[in-house]
Amino acid sequence: MSNARSELRVSLWRGGEDGRYETYAVPLRENQTVLDVVTWVQRNLDSSLAYRFACRVGMCGSCAMTVNGRPRWTCRTHVSRVAEGGRLEIGPLENLPLIKDLAADMRPFFEKWQQARGAFAPSKTRHDPIEKIRADSPARRAADAAIECINCGVCYAACDTVRWDEDYLGPAALNRAWTLVNDVRDTANAERLEAVAANGGCHACHSHQSCQEHCPLALNPTASIAGLKRRTMLGFLRGEIEA
Amino acid sequence: MRAVPLKHQHRTNLLWLSALVHRLSGLALAIFLPLHFWALGLALHGEASLGNFLRWTDDWFVKLSEAGLVFLLAVHLLGGLRLLVVENLAWRGGQKQLATLAAAISAAIAFVFLVRAL
Amino acid sequence: MNVRLYIAQRLTAAVMVPLVAVHLAVIVYATRHGLSAADVLSRTRGSMAWGLFYGIFVVAAAIHAPIGIRTVLAEWSPLQGRGADLVATGVGLLLLALGLRAVAAVVLP
Repeated sequence: MSNARSELRVSLWRGGEDGRYETYAVPLRENQTVLDVVTWVQRNLDSSLAYRFACRVGMCGSCAMTVNGRPRWTCRTHVSRVAEGGRLEIGPLENLPLIKDLAADMRPFFEKWQQARGAFAPSKTRHDPIEKIRADSPARRAADAAIECINCGVCYAACDTVRWDEDYLGPAALNRAWTLVNDVRDTANAERLEAVAANGGCHACHSHQSCQEHCPLALNPTASIAGLKRRTMLGFLRGEIEA
Repeated sequence: MRAVPLKHQHRTNLLWLSALVHRLSGLALAIFLPLHFWALGLALHGEASLGNFLRWTDDWFVKLSEAGLVFLLAVHLLGGLRLLVVENLAWRGGQKQLATLAAAISAAIAFVFLVRAL
Repeated sequence: MNVRLYIAQRLTAAVMVPLVAVHLAVIVYATRHGLSAADVLSRTRGSMAWGLFYGIFVVAAAIHAPIGIRTVLAEWSPLQGRGADLVATGVGLLLLALGLRAVAAVVLP
Protein backbone atom coordinates (compact mmCIF):
# COMPACT_ATOMS: atom_id res chain seq x y z
CA MET A 1 0.00 0.00 0.00
CA SER A 2 1.75 3.18 -1.23
CA ASN A 3 1.54 6.43 0.70
CA ALA A 4 1.89 8.29 -2.55
CA ARG A 5 -1.36 6.83 -3.87
CA SER A 6 -3.04 9.45 -5.98
CA GLU A 7 -6.10 7.63 -7.17
CA LEU A 8 -8.88 5.30 -6.09
CA ARG A 9 -10.12 2.24 -7.95
CA VAL A 10 -13.88 2.59 -7.65
CA SER A 11 -16.34 -0.12 -8.72
CA LEU A 12 -19.80 1.18 -9.44
CA TRP A 13 -22.85 -0.88 -10.27
CA ARG A 14 -23.99 -0.05 -13.79
CA GLY A 15 -27.24 -1.02 -15.44
CA GLY A 16 -30.33 -2.74 -14.09
CA GLU A 17 -30.75 -5.97 -12.20
CA ASP A 18 -28.75 -7.76 -14.88
CA GLY A 19 -25.99 -5.14 -15.00
CA ARG A 20 -22.47 -5.39 -13.61
CA TYR A 21 -19.77 -3.57 -11.71
CA GLU A 22 -17.54 -1.24 -13.73
CA THR A 23 -14.31 0.18 -12.40
CA TYR A 24 -13.18 3.78 -12.65
CA ALA A 25 -10.01 5.60 -11.62
CA VAL A 26 -10.86 8.62 -9.46
CA PRO A 27 -8.36 11.18 -8.13
CA LEU A 28 -7.80 10.73 -4.40
CA ARG A 29 -8.27 13.92 -2.42
CA GLU A 30 -7.44 14.66 1.16
CA ASN A 31 -11.01 15.29 2.30
CA GLN A 32 -13.38 13.33 0.17
CA THR A 33 -16.73 11.69 0.73
CA VAL A 34 -18.07 8.74 -1.21
CA LEU A 35 -20.66 11.11 -2.70
CA ASP A 36 -17.82 13.32 -3.97
CA VAL A 37 -16.36 10.24 -5.68
CA VAL A 38 -19.64 9.26 -7.37
CA THR A 39 -20.23 12.85 -8.45
CA TRP A 40 -16.71 13.09 -9.89
CA VAL A 41 -17.33 9.98 -12.03
CA GLN A 42 -20.63 11.34 -13.31
CA ARG A 43 -19.19 14.74 -14.17
CA ASN A 44 -15.83 13.70 -15.59
CA LEU A 45 -16.04 10.13 -16.84
CA ASP A 46 -19.61 9.08 -17.57
CA SER A 47 -22.54 11.46 -17.52
CA SER A 48 -24.95 8.55 -17.94
CA LEU A 49 -24.34 7.40 -14.34
CA ALA A 50 -27.62 7.53 -12.40
CA TYR A 51 -27.54 8.29 -8.66
CA ARG A 52 -29.46 10.28 -6.07
CA PHE A 53 -28.48 13.05 -3.70
CA ALA A 54 -29.90 16.33 -2.46
CA CYS A 55 -28.59 18.18 0.58
CA ARG A 56 -25.04 16.71 0.61
CA VAL A 57 -24.83 17.47 4.34
CA GLY A 58 -26.44 14.49 6.05
CA MET A 59 -29.95 15.83 6.52
CA CYS A 60 -32.11 14.37 3.78
CA GLY A 61 -31.04 10.72 3.47
CA SER A 62 -31.33 10.72 -0.34
CA CYS A 63 -27.74 9.62 -1.01
CA ALA A 64 -27.98 6.24 0.72
CA MET A 65 -26.10 3.50 -1.16
CA THR A 66 -24.28 0.26 -0.42
CA VAL A 67 -20.60 1.03 0.20
CA ASN A 68 -18.26 -1.96 0.60
CA GLY A 69 -21.21 -4.08 1.64
CA ARG A 70 -22.79 -1.65 4.10
CA PRO A 71 -25.79 0.59 3.46
CA ARG A 72 -24.91 4.15 4.45
CA TRP A 73 -25.21 7.85 3.57
CA THR A 74 -22.52 8.52 1.00
CA CYS A 75 -22.32 12.24 1.82
CA ARG A 76 -21.39 11.39 5.40
CA THR A 77 -18.93 8.63 4.56
CA HIS A 78 -15.34 9.75 4.28
CA VAL A 79 -13.36 7.80 1.73
CA SER A 80 -10.41 7.57 4.11
CA ARG A 81 -12.60 5.63 6.53
CA VAL A 82 -13.87 3.00 4.12
CA ALA A 83 -11.51 2.64 1.17
CA GLU A 84 -9.55 -0.58 1.67
CA GLY A 85 -6.28 -0.58 -0.20
CA GLY A 86 -7.46 2.31 -2.32
CA ARG A 87 -10.55 0.43 -3.50
CA LEU A 88 -14.24 1.14 -3.13
CA GLU A 89 -17.27 -0.86 -4.18
CA ILE A 90 -20.50 1.10 -4.47
CA GLY A 91 -23.90 -0.32 -5.33
CA PRO A 92 -27.55 0.63 -4.95
CA LEU A 93 -29.45 0.00 -1.71
CA GLU A 94 -30.37 -3.65 -1.29
CA ASN A 95 -33.78 -5.21 -0.70
CA LEU A 96 -35.30 -2.78 -3.21
CA PRO A 97 -35.93 -3.09 -6.95
CA LEU A 98 -33.37 -1.33 -9.08
CA ILE A 99 -34.13 1.53 -11.46
CA LYS A 100 -30.65 2.08 -12.82
CA ASP A 101 -27.04 2.10 -11.63
CA LEU A 102 -27.04 3.44 -8.07
CA ALA A 103 -30.67 4.51 -7.90
CA ALA A 104 -32.99 2.02 -6.18
CA ASP A 105 -36.78 2.13 -6.46
CA MET A 106 -38.02 3.40 -3.11
CA ARG A 107 -41.67 2.71 -3.82
CA PRO A 108 -41.98 -0.61 -1.92
CA PHE A 109 -40.39 1.10 1.09
CA PHE A 110 -42.99 3.87 1.09
CA GLU A 111 -45.86 1.54 0.26
CA LYS A 112 -45.05 -0.50 3.36
CA TRP A 113 -44.91 2.73 5.35
CA GLN A 114 -48.53 3.33 4.35
CA GLN A 115 -49.44 -0.30 4.96
CA ALA A 116 -48.18 0.00 8.52
CA ARG A 117 -50.45 3.04 8.95
CA GLY A 118 -47.41 5.25 9.36
CA ALA A 119 -49.46 8.38 8.72
CA PHE A 120 -50.84 10.64 11.42
CA ALA A 121 -54.64 10.66 11.67
CA PRO A 122 -55.72 13.92 13.30
CA SER A 123 -58.59 14.26 15.75
CA LYS A 124 -58.88 18.02 15.95
CA THR A 125 -59.23 20.96 13.61
CA ARG A 126 -57.54 24.34 13.60
CA HIS A 127 -60.56 25.71 15.44
CA ASP A 128 -59.93 23.52 18.46
CA PRO A 129 -57.50 24.54 21.19
CA ILE A 130 -53.98 23.08 20.89
CA GLU A 131 -53.58 19.70 22.53
CA LYS A 132 -51.37 20.02 25.58
CA ILE A 133 -48.74 17.31 25.34
CA ARG A 134 -46.29 16.87 28.19
CA ALA A 135 -42.84 16.24 26.77
CA ASP A 136 -41.87 14.11 29.75
CA SER A 137 -44.83 11.75 29.67
CA PRO A 138 -43.75 8.13 29.04
CA ALA A 139 -45.70 7.97 25.79
CA ARG A 140 -44.21 11.18 24.42
CA ARG A 141 -40.71 10.11 25.50
CA ALA A 142 -41.19 6.84 23.61
CA ALA A 143 -42.42 8.67 20.52
CA ASP A 144 -39.64 11.28 20.65
CA ALA A 145 -36.96 8.58 20.89
CA ALA A 146 -38.04 7.28 17.50
CA ILE A 147 -39.43 10.35 15.75
CA GLU A 148 -36.34 11.64 13.92
CA CYS A 149 -36.54 9.09 11.10
CA ILE A 150 -36.19 10.71 7.67
CA ASN A 151 -37.06 7.55 5.71
CA CYS A 152 -33.66 7.13 4.08
CA GLY A 153 -34.11 3.36 3.71
CA VAL A 154 -30.75 2.33 5.19
CA CYS A 155 -32.36 0.17 7.88
CA TYR A 156 -34.59 -1.48 5.29
CA ALA A 157 -31.55 -2.27 3.17
CA ALA A 158 -29.67 -3.66 6.17
CA CYS A 159 -32.47 -5.87 7.48
CA ASP A 160 -32.18 -9.61 6.77
CA THR A 161 -35.78 -10.23 7.73
CA VAL A 162 -36.78 -7.86 4.92
CA ARG A 163 -34.53 -9.94 2.69
CA TRP A 164 -36.08 -13.24 3.79
CA ASP A 165 -39.74 -12.23 4.11
CA GLU A 166 -41.19 -10.16 1.28
CA ASP A 167 -44.26 -9.34 3.40
CA TYR A 168 -42.21 -7.84 6.21
CA LEU A 169 -43.09 -4.16 6.60
CA GLY A 170 -39.57 -3.36 7.74
CA PRO A 171 -37.96 -1.44 10.58
CA ALA A 172 -38.70 2.12 9.40
CA ALA A 173 -42.41 1.63 8.80
CA LEU A 174 -42.88 -0.17 12.11
CA ASN A 175 -40.75 2.38 13.94
CA ARG A 176 -43.00 5.16 12.63
CA ALA A 177 -46.12 3.19 13.56
CA TRP A 178 -44.76 2.98 17.11
CA THR A 179 -44.36 6.75 17.35
CA LEU A 180 -47.98 7.17 16.30
CA VAL A 181 -49.19 4.49 18.70
CA ASN A 182 -47.66 6.72 21.37
CA ASP A 183 -49.23 9.91 20.04
CA VAL A 184 -52.28 10.74 22.13
CA ARG A 185 -53.69 12.97 19.38
CA ASP A 186 -53.86 10.17 16.82
CA THR A 187 -57.17 8.49 16.05
CA ALA A 188 -56.15 5.57 13.82
CA ASN A 189 -54.74 3.23 16.45
CA ALA A 190 -57.35 0.54 16.04
CA GLU A 191 -56.45 0.11 12.36
CA ARG A 192 -52.78 0.63 13.10
CA LEU A 193 -52.61 -2.21 15.61
CA GLU A 194 -54.36 -4.49 13.13
CA ALA A 195 -51.87 -3.43 10.46
CA VAL A 196 -48.77 -4.13 12.56
CA ALA A 197 -50.22 -7.41 13.85
CA ALA A 198 -50.87 -8.71 10.35
CA ASN A 199 -48.55 -10.94 8.31
CA GLY A 200 -45.24 -9.21 7.91
CA GLY A 201 -45.89 -7.04 10.93
CA CYS A 202 -43.97 -6.54 14.13
CA HIS A 203 -43.99 -10.25 15.08
CA ALA A 204 -41.77 -11.06 12.14
CA CYS A 205 -38.87 -9.11 13.66
CA HIS A 206 -36.09 -11.32 15.02
CA SER A 207 -34.28 -8.53 16.89
CA HIS A 208 -31.06 -8.76 14.86
CA GLN A 209 -30.64 -5.04 15.54
CA SER A 210 -29.06 -4.53 12.11
CA CYS A 211 -31.40 -1.55 11.76
CA GLN A 212 -30.13 0.06 14.93
CA GLU A 213 -26.54 -0.79 13.99
CA HIS A 214 -26.80 1.01 10.64
CA CYS A 215 -29.19 3.89 11.32
CA PRO A 216 -27.31 7.13 10.61
CA LEU A 217 -29.42 8.83 13.27
CA ALA A 218 -28.76 6.09 15.84
CA LEU A 219 -32.45 5.27 16.09
CA ASN A 220 -33.51 1.91 17.47
CA PRO A 221 -36.34 0.30 15.49
CA THR A 222 -35.74 -2.98 17.35
CA ALA A 223 -36.83 -1.28 20.56
CA SER A 224 -39.83 0.32 18.83
CA ILE A 225 -40.86 -3.02 17.39
CA ALA A 226 -40.52 -4.65 20.82
CA GLY A 227 -42.92 -1.96 22.02
CA LEU A 228 -45.34 -2.89 19.25
CA LYS A 229 -45.10 -6.55 20.24
CA ARG A 230 -46.12 -5.62 23.77
CA ARG A 231 -48.86 -3.27 22.60
CA THR A 232 -50.39 -5.80 20.17
CA MET A 233 -50.28 -8.52 22.81
CA LEU A 234 -52.17 -6.21 25.15
CA GLY A 235 -54.55 -5.28 22.37
CA PHE A 236 -55.23 -8.93 21.60
CA LEU A 237 -55.93 -9.76 25.25
CA ARG A 238 -58.29 -6.77 25.46
CA GLY A 239 -60.12 -7.86 22.33
CA GLU A 240 -59.00 -4.79 20.35
CA ILE A 241 -57.40 -6.90 17.64
CA GLU A 242 -58.90 -9.75 15.69
CA ALA A 243 -55.89 -12.03 15.43
CA MET B 1 -26.53 -11.01 -11.76
CA ARG B 2 -28.06 -8.83 -9.08
CA ALA B 3 -26.12 -5.93 -7.61
CA VAL B 4 -24.85 -7.91 -4.65
CA PRO B 5 -21.90 -6.41 -2.83
CA LEU B 6 -18.77 -8.49 -2.38
CA LYS B 7 -19.26 -8.64 1.36
CA HIS B 8 -22.32 -8.47 3.49
CA GLN B 9 -20.73 -6.50 6.24
CA HIS B 10 -23.83 -6.29 8.36
CA ARG B 11 -23.43 -10.00 8.95
CA THR B 12 -20.47 -9.23 11.15
CA ASN B 13 -23.00 -7.74 13.55
CA LEU B 14 -22.69 -9.92 16.64
CA LEU B 15 -26.42 -9.87 17.28
CA TRP B 16 -27.13 -11.15 13.79
CA LEU B 17 -24.78 -14.02 14.55
CA SER B 18 -26.50 -14.54 17.90
CA ALA B 19 -29.86 -14.77 16.11
CA LEU B 20 -28.40 -17.29 13.68
CA VAL B 21 -27.06 -19.42 16.54
CA HIS B 22 -30.48 -19.26 18.17
CA ARG B 23 -32.19 -20.38 15.00
CA LEU B 24 -29.72 -23.16 14.17
CA SER B 25 -29.66 -24.47 17.73
CA GLY B 26 -33.47 -24.57 17.71
CA LEU B 27 -33.48 -26.51 14.44
CA ALA B 28 -30.85 -28.93 15.70
CA LEU B 29 -32.78 -29.53 18.92
CA ALA B 30 -36.02 -30.04 16.99
CA ILE B 31 -34.29 -32.71 14.88
CA PHE B 32 -32.64 -34.32 17.92
CA LEU B 33 -35.76 -34.43 20.08
CA PRO B 34 -37.65 -37.22 18.26
CA LEU B 35 -34.50 -39.37 18.43
CA HIS B 36 -34.16 -38.56 22.12
CA PHE B 37 -37.79 -39.52 22.74
CA TRP B 38 -37.43 -42.71 20.72
CA ALA B 39 -34.36 -43.73 22.75
CA LEU B 40 -36.11 -43.11 26.08
CA GLY B 41 -39.13 -45.01 24.77
CA LEU B 42 -36.95 -48.12 24.70
CA ALA B 43 -37.56 -48.33 28.46
CA LEU B 44 -41.03 -49.55 27.58
CA HIS B 45 -39.37 -52.85 26.72
CA GLY B 46 -37.58 -52.93 30.04
CA GLU B 47 -34.54 -51.38 31.65
CA ALA B 48 -32.22 -53.72 29.77
CA SER B 49 -33.46 -52.43 26.45
CA LEU B 50 -32.61 -48.84 27.37
CA GLY B 51 -29.40 -50.02 29.01
CA ASN B 52 -28.16 -51.69 25.83
CA PHE B 53 -28.72 -48.53 23.89
CA LEU B 54 -26.98 -46.36 26.48
CA ARG B 55 -23.94 -48.66 26.46
CA TRP B 56 -23.51 -47.75 22.83
CA THR B 57 -23.27 -44.10 23.87
CA ASP B 58 -20.19 -44.85 25.99
CA ASP B 59 -18.07 -43.97 23.00
CA TRP B 60 -15.99 -40.75 23.44
CA PHE B 61 -17.25 -39.35 20.15
CA VAL B 62 -20.85 -39.76 21.27
CA LYS B 63 -20.02 -38.02 24.55
CA LEU B 64 -18.50 -35.13 22.61
CA SER B 65 -21.68 -34.89 20.54
CA GLU B 66 -23.74 -34.96 23.72
CA ALA B 67 -21.68 -32.06 25.05
CA GLY B 68 -22.47 -30.29 21.80
CA LEU B 69 -26.16 -30.89 22.39
CA VAL B 70 -25.86 -29.59 25.94
CA PHE B 71 -24.26 -26.45 24.50
CA LEU B 72 -27.06 -26.05 21.96
CA LEU B 73 -29.75 -26.43 24.61
CA ALA B 74 -28.06 -23.98 26.98
CA VAL B 75 -27.36 -21.38 24.29
CA HIS B 76 -30.90 -21.64 22.97
CA LEU B 77 -32.22 -21.17 26.51
CA LEU B 78 -30.01 -18.21 27.38
CA GLY B 79 -30.40 -16.53 23.99
CA GLY B 80 -34.14 -17.03 24.22
CA LEU B 81 -34.16 -15.56 27.71
CA ARG B 82 -32.32 -12.48 26.38
CA LEU B 83 -35.04 -12.12 23.72
CA LEU B 84 -37.85 -12.49 26.23
CA VAL B 85 -36.32 -9.63 28.20
CA VAL B 86 -35.88 -7.46 25.08
CA GLU B 87 -39.46 -8.05 24.02
CA ASN B 88 -41.24 -7.74 27.35
CA LEU B 89 -39.28 -5.33 29.51
CA ALA B 90 -38.12 -1.77 28.94
CA TRP B 91 -35.25 -1.48 26.49
CA ARG B 92 -31.80 -1.95 27.88
CA GLY B 93 -28.51 -1.58 26.01
CA GLY B 94 -25.58 -3.94 26.20
CA GLN B 95 -27.26 -6.60 24.08
CA LYS B 96 -23.98 -7.61 22.43
CA GLN B 97 -22.40 -8.18 25.83
CA LEU B 98 -25.40 -10.20 27.01
CA ALA B 99 -25.31 -12.33 23.88
CA THR B 100 -21.60 -12.99 24.37
CA LEU B 101 -22.21 -13.86 28.02
CA ALA B 102 -24.94 -16.32 27.02
CA ALA B 103 -22.57 -18.09 24.65
CA ALA B 104 -19.78 -18.16 27.23
CA ILE B 105 -21.96 -19.59 30.00
CA SER B 106 -23.35 -22.21 27.61
CA ALA B 107 -19.85 -23.27 26.64
CA ALA B 108 -18.93 -23.54 30.31
CA ILE B 109 -21.93 -25.77 31.05
CA ALA B 110 -21.11 -28.00 28.09
CA PHE B 111 -17.50 -28.21 29.25
CA VAL B 112 -18.51 -29.24 32.77
CA PHE B 113 -20.76 -31.90 31.28
CA LEU B 114 -17.98 -33.22 29.06
CA VAL B 115 -15.54 -33.43 31.94
CA ARG B 116 -18.07 -35.39 33.98
CA ALA B 117 -19.05 -37.61 31.06
CA LEU B 118 -15.59 -38.72 30.02
CA MET C 1 -53.08 -15.51 13.88
CA ASN C 2 -49.72 -13.86 14.30
CA VAL C 3 -50.46 -12.56 17.77
CA ARG C 4 -51.81 -15.95 18.85
CA LEU C 5 -48.75 -17.79 17.57
CA TYR C 6 -46.43 -15.16 19.02
CA ILE C 7 -48.03 -15.46 22.46
CA ALA C 8 -48.05 -19.27 22.28
CA GLN C 9 -44.38 -19.42 21.36
CA ARG C 10 -43.19 -16.86 23.91
CA LEU C 11 -45.41 -18.27 26.67
CA THR C 12 -44.18 -21.83 26.17
CA ALA C 13 -40.65 -20.42 26.05
CA ALA C 14 -41.15 -18.75 29.43
CA VAL C 15 -42.64 -21.97 30.86
CA MET C 16 -39.64 -23.93 29.61
CA VAL C 17 -37.00 -21.60 31.09
CA PRO C 18 -37.12 -23.26 34.54
CA LEU C 19 -37.77 -26.70 33.00
CA VAL C 20 -34.68 -26.55 30.79
CA ALA C 21 -32.62 -25.17 33.66
CA VAL C 22 -33.60 -28.10 35.88
CA HIS C 23 -33.11 -30.58 33.03
CA LEU C 24 -29.59 -29.27 32.35
CA ALA C 25 -28.78 -29.40 36.05
CA VAL C 26 -29.99 -32.99 36.32
CA ILE C 27 -28.04 -34.00 33.21
CA VAL C 28 -24.80 -32.52 34.50
CA TYR C 29 -25.36 -33.83 38.02
CA ALA C 30 -26.38 -37.35 37.01
CA THR C 31 -23.66 -37.88 34.43
CA ARG C 32 -20.71 -39.64 35.98
CA HIS C 33 -18.43 -41.21 33.35
CA GLY C 34 -21.53 -41.73 31.23
CA LEU C 35 -25.15 -42.44 32.03
CA SER C 36 -26.71 -45.84 32.61
CA ALA C 37 -30.32 -46.88 32.30
CA ALA C 38 -30.40 -47.40 36.04
CA ASP C 39 -29.22 -43.82 36.58
CA VAL C 40 -32.15 -42.53 34.58
CA LEU C 41 -34.88 -44.89 35.68
CA SER C 42 -34.11 -45.03 39.40
CA ARG C 43 -34.95 -41.34 39.44
CA THR C 44 -38.04 -41.35 37.29
CA ARG C 45 -39.74 -44.71 37.77
CA GLY C 46 -42.96 -44.34 39.74
CA SER C 47 -42.45 -40.62 40.29
CA MET C 48 -45.54 -38.45 39.85
CA ALA C 49 -43.36 -35.37 40.16
CA TRP C 50 -41.05 -36.28 37.27
CA GLY C 51 -44.06 -37.46 35.29
CA LEU C 52 -45.66 -34.05 35.67
CA PHE C 53 -42.38 -32.24 35.06
CA TYR C 54 -41.55 -34.00 31.82
CA GLY C 55 -45.20 -34.19 30.74
CA ILE C 56 -45.47 -30.40 30.85
CA PHE C 57 -42.06 -30.11 29.20
CA VAL C 58 -43.14 -32.28 26.28
CA VAL C 59 -46.38 -30.41 25.72
CA ALA C 60 -44.61 -27.05 25.86
CA ALA C 61 -41.90 -28.18 23.43
CA ALA C 62 -44.49 -29.66 21.08
CA ILE C 63 -46.13 -26.22 20.87
CA HIS C 64 -42.95 -24.12 20.86
CA ALA C 65 -40.83 -25.91 18.25
CA PRO C 66 -43.37 -26.03 15.39
CA ILE C 67 -43.97 -22.29 15.57
CA GLY C 68 -40.27 -21.64 15.11
CA ILE C 69 -40.01 -24.27 12.37
CA ARG C 70 -42.92 -22.65 10.53
CA THR C 71 -41.05 -19.31 10.48
CA VAL C 72 -37.78 -20.89 9.35
CA LEU C 73 -39.57 -22.72 6.52
CA ALA C 74 -41.34 -19.56 5.40
CA GLU C 75 -38.11 -17.54 5.41
CA TRP C 76 -35.54 -20.04 4.22
CA SER C 77 -37.35 -22.66 2.13
CA PRO C 78 -39.61 -22.53 -0.93
CA LEU C 79 -42.43 -23.75 1.32
CA GLN C 80 -44.83 -20.96 2.26
CA GLY C 81 -48.17 -20.45 3.97
CA ARG C 82 -50.24 -23.62 4.01
CA GLY C 83 -47.29 -25.91 3.23
CA ALA C 84 -45.19 -24.55 6.07
CA ASP C 85 -48.19 -24.79 8.43
CA LEU C 86 -48.73 -28.45 7.57
CA VAL C 87 -45.11 -29.49 8.02
CA ALA C 88 -44.88 -27.59 11.30
CA THR C 89 -48.09 -29.14 12.61
CA GLY C 90 -46.79 -32.56 11.64
CA VAL C 91 -43.61 -31.99 13.60
CA GLY C 92 -45.64 -30.87 16.59
CA LEU C 93 -47.80 -33.98 16.56
CA LEU C 94 -44.73 -36.18 16.20
CA LEU C 95 -43.05 -34.53 19.18
CA LEU C 96 -46.19 -34.81 21.26
CA ALA C 97 -46.76 -38.50 20.49
CA LEU C 98 -43.14 -39.63 20.87
CA GLY C 99 -42.63 -37.34 23.86
CA LEU C 100 -45.57 -38.53 25.90
CA ARG C 101 -44.62 -42.11 25.03
CA ALA C 102 -41.11 -41.44 26.34
CA VAL C 103 -42.47 -39.94 29.56
CA ALA C 104 -44.67 -42.98 30.06
CA ALA C 105 -41.71 -45.25 29.32
CA VAL C 106 -39.54 -43.80 32.07
CA VAL C 107 -42.20 -42.96 34.65
CA LEU C 108 -44.61 -45.87 34.61
CA PRO C 109 -43.61 -48.47 37.17
